[in-house]
Amino acid sequence: MNDFTLISATLPNGSVANIVVSNGFIAHIGAEVRGEQIDAQGLVALPGFVDLHTHLREPGFEQSETILTGTRAAALGGYTAVHAMANTHPVADTAGVVEQVKTLGDEAGYVQVQPIGAVTVGLEGKQLAELGAMAQSKAQVRVFSDDGKCVSDPVLMRRALAYVKSFGGVIAQHAQEPRLTENSQMHEGAVSSELGLAGWPAVAEESIIARDVLLAEAVGSRIHICHLSTAGSVEIVRWAKQRGINVTAEVTPHHLLLTDELARGYDPVFKVNPPLRTAADVMALREALVDGTIDIVATDHAPHPTESKDCEWAAAAFGMLGLETAASIAQDVLIESGASNWQRFADVMSTVPASISGIEGQGQPLEVGSAANIALIDPSAKRTIQDGGASKSDNQPYRGMTLPGAVIHTIFRGVFTVRDSKLSR
Amino acid sequence: MKNLLSASELSRDDIVRILDTANEMSGVNDREIKKLPTLRGKTVVNLFFEDSTRTRISFEVAAKRLSADVINFAAKGSSVSKGESLKDTAQTLEAMGADAVVIRHYASGAAHTLAHSGWINGAIVNAGDGTHEHPTQALLDAYTLRESVHGHAALGKGLDGLRVAIVGDIAHSRVARSNLTMLQALGAEVHLIAPATLLPGALASRASSFSYSLDESIACHHFDAIMMLRVQSERMSASFFPSEREYSKIWGLNAERLSRLGENTRVMHPGPMNRGLEIDATSADSKNSLVLRQVANGVSVRMAVLYELMAGGAQ
Amino acid sequence: MSSRTVLSASDIDRAVTRIAHEILESNHGVANLVILGIPTRGTFLAKRIVDVIARTEDIDPAEVLGQLDITMYRDDLSNNPTRAVGQTNIPSGGLDSKVVVLVDDVLFSGRTIRAALDALNDYGRPSAVRLAVLIDRGHRELPIRADFVGKNLPTSSVERIRVHLAESDEQNQVVIEG
Repeated sequence: MNDFTLISATLPNGSVANIVVSNGFIAHIGAEVRGEQIDAQGLVALPGFVDLHTHLREPGFEQSETILTGTRAAALGGYTAVHAMANTHPVADTAGVVEQVKTLGDEAGYVQVQPIGAVTVGLEGKQLAELGAMAQSKAQVRVFSDDGKCVSDPVLMRRALAYVKSFGGVIAQHAQEPRLTENSQMHEGAVSSELGLAGWPAVAEESIIARDVLLAEAVGSRIHICHLSTAGSVEIVRWAKQRGINVTAEVTPHHLLLTDELARGYDPVFKVNPPLRTAADVMALREALVDGTIDIVATDHAPHPTESKDCEWAAAAFGMLGLETAASIAQDVLIESGASNWQRFADVMSTVPASISGIEGQGQPLEVGSAANIALIDPSAKRTIQDGGASKSDNQPYRGMTLPGAVIHTIFRGVFTVRDSKLSR
Repeated sequence: MKNLLSASELSRDDIVRILDTANEMSGVNDREIKKLPTLRGKTVVNLFFEDSTRTRISFEVAAKRLSADVINFAAKGSSVSKGESLKDTAQTLEAMGADAVVIRHYASGAAHTLAHSGWINGAIVNAGDGTHEHPTQALLDAYTLRESVHGHAALGKGLDGLRVAIVGDIAHSRVARSNLTMLQALGAEVHLIAPATLLPGALASRASSFSYSLDESIACHHFDAIMMLRVQSERMSASFFPSEREYSKIWGLNAERLSRLGENTRVMHPGPMNRGLEIDATSADSKNSLVLRQVANGVSVRMAVLYELMAGGAQ
Repeated sequence: MSSRTVLSASDIDRAVTRIAHEILESNHGVANLVILGIPTRGTFLAKRIVDVIARTEDIDPAEVLGQLDITMYRDDLSNNPTRAVGQTNIPSGGLDSKVVVLVDDVLFSGRTIRAALDALNDYGRPSAVRLAVLIDRGHRELPIRADFVGKNLPTSSVERIRVHLAESDEQNQVVIEG
């Protein structure tokens, strides 16, 4: 492996230094230069991003995305690790499936693909999946989620929370009370009333989060809340954290930027679960990401083929792309707003998601001895989003929008996966 | 005007013009030869994904009286029920040369999607989309009310100062949504009355008043018209209210409540009526009832809409 | 653009009076007579003609005078943005076996009258249909001619005839522009 040096990169703490990469690790940070020189002046060097919530769709839905296309999109977005959600076909509820996903990720080689295991067999919410077997498999699964569906049965949730303590696992809950959201199409509020689309009330999310933080406290377990989307959810998580409950929470880029007003044109590209909420919710989520109530940004990258979105709203699938735009939106919330700094950016995009998952070699601070997983971004760039990028799908909600910042290089285990904003192979 | 998708797209002037045209069309419906050559050579497709014989026939008669060719395309038993998408159906109709598509669909926004997808070039008329809008019903309700209030002097007029109550399942009613917007655009006051489970706050806040009690509303306001909405029994199974008996007792229009309404309070219903549930026979058949006028005016109003959308050429 | 007045207010009055008398003469009185104006200015002229007739004949204007909107019978609808529809009023006696006199302001291509004849067809079966116009400017595109003409006015097809009537235009005159 060739040594190289990133010349004059800006570190998250604001200092400027050369970063020497050797044999897949950071060998030196300072003035030294070794091997090929890469000009990184004006670029911010950050630990490679870690997505805790990615739908790679393989196996089963390869018309939407494959592990190869999804991880290429991830690399372009500055990611060096993604967590592949379990709602594939077959569902990732056995050691066999999670090992297959991990193997395909390794073969693709763009990022580290860490499978997430299903909590219940077939995501059906009836019977625990073999969580221990998945934990002990080669895939070393630590995060379990029925994402797409909520573990709504309180007994099952309680058992799952307790059981994963045996091997240091965590349940990532998709908080959606199913009876309150039957046939729901969009956020329940003024816009849904006007459009006549069945509402997805905030309370359907908040009631599950409230229940589950209390369950986690009772069981003495930790819990992770997927894609928090309402101001009320922020309040509950804030309360739980003050109380000392071991809860972490994620927010998606789209919930930090987009609102339910976008549904007015009935364009299903804006149909997502949980739904786009109100401007007041967006403000609360942005503040919570800044103040630490929300721990991380996770994309919920959810590719869908054209035929699932080129139809009437009710017939369309839920979900939108996110891997290649997440860093820009995090920059908008934390940096462009003046509310926070690059250190916090590194935390929410890399360090904290890696620590929630326990994934090895990821989210390490840029220090000598850390694995060389690095994203370099040009914060002064402006990008107008044109299409779905490297994803196999085209459900791009930001089309036509101009977003701040651009990922210039992504280095995964000491190798450029993205160089000058282009995939290196 | 290219399409008719929702009441909110229409200005007061647009509405009054369409109602005035409908008035002329009603003259045609009264004469011996009930036909105009206006849309000769044009094709109207009735694309119905949801059963509604009344609305479909009303549009069919309207189109035929304007000499258009009419193709009825019911989703049931067609390729649509075999998984053909709205897009494929639309493109098929486009290939057949549809100048206008009248669409009734169970999904809110389906007419909007059809009009803005680029799948089809013809005019799109929303004949009811899910729980969103039913603009031609609101037009015929406005027409019927205007005719009843102003008689022969109706031309050019709105519904200024009239007080209209809409009672029932506001939450799931496309008729209520379209009427709220259109009646207000014509200068009427709209009051919404429903059980709290069926009255979304966002709609209530747009009304002149809202109430959970029909009796209180009747006591507080003199209504020029009271519009009863159809209640579907599936709402009961979803616990929006406990029983038909209780609904009818608290929110139904009956002879006793009718007697407490003003002597000239008009009774309206978009049909089909559940007699004995939201409205009893005495009210439905009383001299105050405009229900039959609503049905009769449907054709004239839809002729006016088809004329408005189809008669002219490129702007 | 040049413009010149070809009929003054008094010219128009005389023409209307003459047409009214010609109608009575050819019809041998008011029996079975129905006079239908074609909106907009034909309606005003028809009203004036009936007013003249009422000075000498014992008639109920409501049974003689009506108007016939031809918008929905036009052959050029799809060449223009949607036109507003005008009103049609047929006298209560209907048109069957009546002598119908159509009244319009200017006779030009003849297409308006063609549309009016189609419309009449749908309202009944008159025993005869006559045509009265204030101005006949030529350039016919159809085999149609007027029975009663206020003034024949040979024009070039690029010229425009403007009929102003007090009912809608504040003054009475006919102007050629072009």
